[in-house]
Amino acid sequence: MAEYLIKNGFVFDPVLGIRGDKADIAIKDGKIVETTAVKSPKVIDAAGKTVMAGGVDIHAHVAGPKVNVGRNFRPEDKLFGYKPKSGIERMQGGFSVPTTIRTGYNYARMGYTTVMEAAMPPLYARHTHEEMRDTPILDQGAYPVFGNNWFVLEYLKNHEIENTAAYIAWLLRATKGYAVKVVNPGGTEAWGWGLNCENVHDPVPYFDITPAQIIKGLIEANEYLGLPHSMHMHANNLGNPGNYTTTLDSFRLSEGIKPNSKFGRDQVMHHTHVQFHSYGGDSWANVDSRAKEIMDYVNSHDNITIDMGQVTLDETTTMTADGPFEHHLTELNHLKWANVDVELETGSGVVPYVYSPGIKVCAIQWCIGLELALLAKDPMRIFMTTDHPNAGPFIRYPRIMKWLMSQDARNQQFDAFKHKDKVIEATNLAGIDRELGLYEIAQMTRAGPAKSLGLAHMYGGLAPGLEADVAVFDFNPNEPYAPDDIEKAFSSAEHLFKTGVQVIVDHEIASNGNKRTLWVNAKVNENPQVMRDVKEKFLRYYTVTLNNYEVAGHHYVPNPYVIEVDATQ
Amino acid sequence: METVTLTIKDQPGLYLEADNITPDAFAGKKAEEIADLHVYVGREQYRLGDFFEVSGKAGATAEETKIVVNGDLSRVKYIGMKMTGGEVVVNGNADMYVGAWMQGGKITVNGNVDSFAGTGMKGGEMVINGNAGNYLGAAYRGDWRGMAGGKITVTGNAGSDLGTFMTGGEIVVGGDVDVHVATHAEGGKIVIKGNAKRRLGGQMVEGEIYVFGNIDVMMPGFAYREDVDIDSDGIKGRFALYEGDLGERHRKRKGQPIYAKLYQRIAA
Repeated sequence: MAEYLIKNGFVFDPVLGIRGDKADIAIKDGKIVETTAVKSPKVIDAAGKTVMAGGVDIHAHVAGPKVNVGRNFRPEDKLFGYKPKSGIERMQGGFSVPTTIRTGYNYARMGYTTVMEAAMPPLYARHTHEEMRDTPILDQGAYPVFGNNWFVLEYLKNHEIENTAAYIAWLLRATKGYAVKVVNPGGTEAWGWGLNCENVHDPVPYFDITPAQIIKGLIEANEYLGLPHSMHMHANNLGNPGNYTTTLDSFRLSEGIKPNSKFGRDQVMHHTHVQFHSYGGDSWANVDSRAKEIMDYVNSHDNITIDMGQVTLDETTTMTADGPFEHHLTELNHLKWANVDVELETGSGVVPYVYSPGIKVCAIQWCIGLELALLAKDPMRIFMTTDHPNAGPFIRYPRIMKWLMSQDARNQQFDAFKHKDKVIEATNLAGIDRELGLYEIAQMTRAGPAKSLGLAHMYGGLAPGLEADVAVFDFNPNEPYAPDDIEKAFSSAEHLFKTGVQVIVDHEIASNGNKRTLWVNAKVNENPQVMRDVKEKFLRYYTVTLNNYEVAGHHYVPNPYVIEVDATQ
Repeated sequence: METVTLTIKDQPGLYLEADNITPDAFAGKKAEEIADLHVYVGREQYRLGDFFEVSGKAGATAEETKIVVNGDLSRVKYIGMKMTGGEVVVNGNADMYVGAWMQGGKITVNGNVDSFAGTGMKGGEMVINGNAGNYLGAAYRGDWRGMAGGKITVTGNAGSDLGTFMTGGEIVVGGDVDVHVATHAEGGKIVIKGNAKRRLGGQMVEGEIYVFGNIDVMMPGFAYREDVDIDSDGIKGRFALYEGDLGERHRKRKGQPIYAKLYQRIAA
């Protein structure tokens, strides 16, 4: 493989602790190496430019059945948005639910190289992998959902952690999944009865278990296995005024639990898209920001990581395994609604949504996401996401950077709100003058998520031995710049390397890369009971047989990267 | 106002996608520059001048530009798409999407238009001196935002599905219409001087339909309220007033639900 030397760039790297100093980065055999280790490298002149590791997105919805439902039922999302094939680039389309091809290219343009699909219904794992396979450039993994799974509900009702862990290990292997995802624990199953679980102590109908038991049990099973990532949670009561108390109740379930993982993470719970979970008030008329209460908790408990779920004020497509929430949303906006029940496992809904700067609640949501990031004491534990496409399309990450890095940019947005004064009154953002720097951005988009995922040995930094995922942006942090320059520069990487392959050259996509699918193979002791339960449930309840279930072989995962975990004792 | 005249000289083998035939695209250009604007046939790109004789010159802005298109344009799509001002006169039959997403100015078609004319129209005026196809003034596939403003007048008949998801503006049809009128409309006004068939106002939340002739089958979701006399905007006579679609949600004003209104003339 070709050797590269990226010379004289302003490097921002939390792993090496470099805060914008000039440094050279060397690449050999797909890895970052010491600069002395390259003999006759191709030299990239990065003088006056910003150099960072490839971005790592811990939470996005970019592949799988609900993403595809979004594509199918929103032809208007593709109207006027097509880009014909040119050079190495294949045809692209779509805005909030882009085609797989556009997903890969657009992430790469922003300097991202690793993206995790945040909710995979196990029954549709094959479809999810087919879409990931067709997404160029990016390394990807997918989180199967467990929070409403009948096996899990039945085992955890009796607090059978070992059986839960054995089932998780089996399902991760069967679906080639990466982590334990939980969406509205118990609530999506309750939705099958037309009900919901809004609090952590609301009983799940029929199963006689509460969300609190599910959450705590899954954290314990996750640590029993020692998985690279922690339990990854979308809590109950998403998007409802007053829900910050549910969020704090959910956080508290992690108290006293220590991480058991040899992958270097410090958290036992990652709570996702916290913006949607930080509302005060008791109706949309008096909803306000409780980002301070939330961040007080997060700042003082280091076994939790979170991501933002930043509203970007766009027209987008919401999609989640939180079926009851999507019903709530369609009652609110009367647009299209799709709803699916995934047999014994989960459910989902899809609804288009317009976050308008003219609507007070949307503006408050915009403030809350930014407050979470700006009130964070440790940017290694709060990550930039939009919960793509739920709070906005991922292509807005550079715009979020602009808002985080510039109070002027935030003030411009405040001035564009129709209900500016009411929004300022209901939130804290106008009183926050903090402006993040590129080092903190690198923590929130690279080093932090990589560490939380248990992938700090591969991604998130530029230390020798890490994967050679490197982005060069045409941005000089030492020259004066306007806020919009940030968005422009970080929307279009000048050069991008993915495992040592240069996939962007002079802002142009030059290669479709050598994308890999990450999955976790957890070895556990033989568990005849769980295997018998699996066979029995498939015979009695599933519409498919076990033979039609497993994601096997070269077809679905042509380029796997398997992370081995040994939980046999 | 300056005038540009386009006369079709070669019919395309497939269909011509000519969304550049607008006062906005022509503004400030001479005939040669206009002939250089691109059109698509299938996936191949051509010049406008490959298919049209171009004469005259455009005004400095869209408002000061008039375009006259002559010949058989039944294989030319998107004439006047997204135009914001000025005028387009089409002397012949045109294909789909005439005046789609139009925001201002005026389009006159002296002939028939195919489907999707005035899709997502926001403003301006379109006069069709002939018949219109299906989906006149409707929403794009999947979209919930149909015609929002402006006025479409058809002297002849119109096809099915006109005014789907309409939220504002006005459509006047001189002749008859086919099935599905104002489906899921949340505003706007539709006047049908001839006869209508079935499914008028299905899922309609707000807005008005006036029918001068017969209705084959009334939607069960519409309830007869009273007879009313109307004399406004060229609509004269005694009409039976129906309200609906009762199966839909309806917002309230001063505690009273607002229904879509369907008027059928019972006497001149």
